[in-house]
Amino acid sequence: MIESFTLTTGFGAWNALFWVIAFVIAFIIGWLIWLRGEKVYDTSKGSTAPFLSGIAEPDKKEVHIRAGNLYWGYNDALSGYYKFVKPFHTGNLSDYFLAYLLVTAIVLIVVVVLK
Amino acid sequence: MDIILDNLPGLLIAIPLLGAFLTPVLSRAGDNVRNVWVMVITTLSSLCGLLVASRVLEAGTIVYAFGVDTISNVIPLDSGGIPIRIIFTIDPINAFMLIIAAVVGFCITLYSISSMEKLSGKDGFFTLLFLLVASVYGMIATGDLFNFFVFLEISSLAGAALVAYRIDKGVATEAGFKYAALSTLGGMLFLVGVGLLYAQYNSLNMAVIADRMQLTGLDIMAFVLFFTALAMKCGAVPMHFWTPDSYTMAPSSVTAFLVVSSQASLYALFRVCFTLYGGQINPLTVGWVIIILGVLSMFIGVTMAIPQKDVKRLMAYHAVSQTGYMLLGVGVGLAALSSTCFSQGVGMMALKGGLFHIMNHALYKGLLFLTAGVIMYRCGTRNLNQLGGLGHNMKWTMIFFMIGALAIAGIPPFNGFASKLLIYESTFLFNPLIAVIAMVVSILTLASFVKVFHSMFMGPKLPEYQDVEEAPKPMLIAMGILAVLVILFGIFPQQVVDTLVTPAAFALVDYHGYISAVLGGA
Amino acid sequence: MIDNLPFLVVAVTILLGLYTILLKKDLIKIIMGISIVESGVNLFLIVLGYRWDSIAPIFTGAPSLAMVMPTVQALTLTSIVIGVATLALMLSMVMIIFRYYKTTDVSKVTKLQG
Repeated sequence: MIESFTLTTGFGAWNALFWVIAFVIAFIIGWLIWLRGEKVYDTSKGSTAPFLSGIAEPDKKEVHIRAGNLYWGYNDALSGYYKFVKPFHTGNLSDYFLAYLLVTAIVLIVVVVLK
Repeated sequence: MDIILDNLPGLLIAIPLLGAFLTPVLSRAGDNVRNVWVMVITTLSSLCGLLVASRVLEAGTIVYAFGVDTISNVIPLDSGGIPIRIIFTIDPINAFMLIIAAVVGFCITLYSISSMEKLSGKDGFFTLLFLLVASVYGMIATGDLFNFFVFLEISSLAGAALVAYRIDKGVATEAGFKYAALSTLGGMLFLVGVGLLYAQYNSLNMAVIADRMQLTGLDIMAFVLFFTALAMKCGAVPMHFWTPDSYTMAPSSVTAFLVVSSQASLYALFRVCFTLYGGQINPLTVGWVIIILGVLSMFIGVTMAIPQKDVKRLMAYHAVSQTGYMLLGVGVGLAALSSTCFSQGVGMMALKGGLFHIMNHALYKGLLFLTAGVIMYRCGTRNLNQLGGLGHNMKWTMIFFMIGALAIAGIPPFNGFASKLLIYESTFLFNPLIAVIAMVVSILTLASFVKVFHSMFMGPKLPEYQDVEEAPKPMLIAMGILAVLVILFGIFPQQVVDTLVTPAAFALVDYHGYISAVLGGA
Repeated sequence: MIDNLPFLVVAVTILLGLYTILLKKDLIKIIMGISIVESGVNLFLIVLGYRWDSIAPIFTGAPSLAMVMPTVQALTLTSIVIGVATLALMLSMVMIIFRYYKTTDVSKVTKLQG
């Protein structure tokens, strides 16, 4: 039964079943914790509203971190690499053709030389 | 009944073509009639694809010649042993690709019926969609080089027209034009290659040419023309520029199928390397060329994806990056199988990993593009900077997106992990450095999808998307089918590898088998 | 030498087409370049079909000479039809691009980039 879940790669094996079991156990633990929570919880009186030390809650639009602000450090660290790669993606059709024909030429040379 | 079963490979093309050209006529009778008709055709053609595939997997290669009265009479007696008709040759790898096209084709048609509901010009849309489906089936099934070129051109034309279908202030047209122009040039150079081979071997049939292959200088030139044209069509890196453009601007369901049509080109690339030039061309050189293209695709694809602001453009760069994995797997397979330094096991495993990844990629990338389409359909924008908090209202879409994102990042127990594991392990034995790059790319993939997930679904409910609704039922069903398959393939990878991938890998390597299936017992 | 003259013409035509595609800035001219490449390829196919001292493939009472199969003519016809379709599609796309962008300069039709 268990073997039917195993992927043998020839050099190792991997069994998805253990991951599924781990997921199920994690779910059950989470569910148990949830069960112990407060049953009678009145959400109508603003008890779910954020409380920021008495400061008024900012507008929803202000709270959400937009995609443009994510991975700032990553982009900054790799800016040298992106300065090199981005200029190739000009969106100019002539460059697309040029890249295609250049690759054709290079592959031709490689395949002929290393025949 | 037998007649239908015998002629299934012909019906594979005939049903979608019939559907395509009758759609405008039938839609005169109203939207409902057209929707029913579209569903009937797509169900029939997908069933047809699955039936052909199952027959091939049971009974071995099907050789189908058009226009003969008895199916067995493939090679006319008076032709001197040359098949003069157009021949469809469907062996396990074609069956493998057919299953992909059938499953994804059904899901995207179901999805488009709903996503196109409020838009105009549905007749032309479904006509072109069925043409694209027919051309992909044709590219997969054909055993004739010129016929392949014809289907390649049909797929370029239908694909480009679909990309440009929503003009979108001219931007979609720009994308479609780039796709059309580039793939036309690719097709023309492919045709030069076909001509070079025809001039020497007097045949267009792949099996006959493979049988007679001498590897003269002209053959090498033809090989390079095939190789780069097909690598360009599947979006390998130095020639990938059209991919993000057209994948972004096409309607989402079409994008999901453009992925499949790219993979049909990828299949043809492998067919050229393994069967047409089987045992003739230097496998180590070609293998390394494929590996280098693959590594470049993986790395540049994923690094270009991370800073994107447009969700579909981001996913399109990931499509480039995942194509790199397939090229890597099959390239390592080609190089390792010929080399004496490695056991056969390494090469076969890499090959299986690469092929399995094709199927997995079609499923989860299709799923991801469809979820992006839902966002586009409900919120009207693809810009990640304007989206947020959609998880509150679109729970199912969020779950489907999570499944797709975890699968593409190679997180167990989803299907992406199973195929990536095969690729990592074999590549590590072949060259550890490449395996390390592949794993880093996987991590970056996860990172960029965390970004997308956060900026689309997480965060507080934004005022502009306060009343956004869940996707309509047919779209959810289409995404659900793909999501269930993604999970199933992740939990039962060995069964899929045993029943579908291993026969495909062996069929790809065994070019003698392909030749003798057509020419008969050579 | 004279046998190879048609192939020389084919090579020149295809190279001219590639030159037009790569170096001209106008979208219409690029399409013309693609069309020239297409003509070169069609000519190539037709030239392949010609064999010296050969006869039409009619078996009845045929002398034992090489026969010319009409395959390439069929291929060329198909290829011409496909060429017309792509040409029409691309030209109509350029029309739409011009309507929105007010230009057909290839270096300005770059809203999709990066």
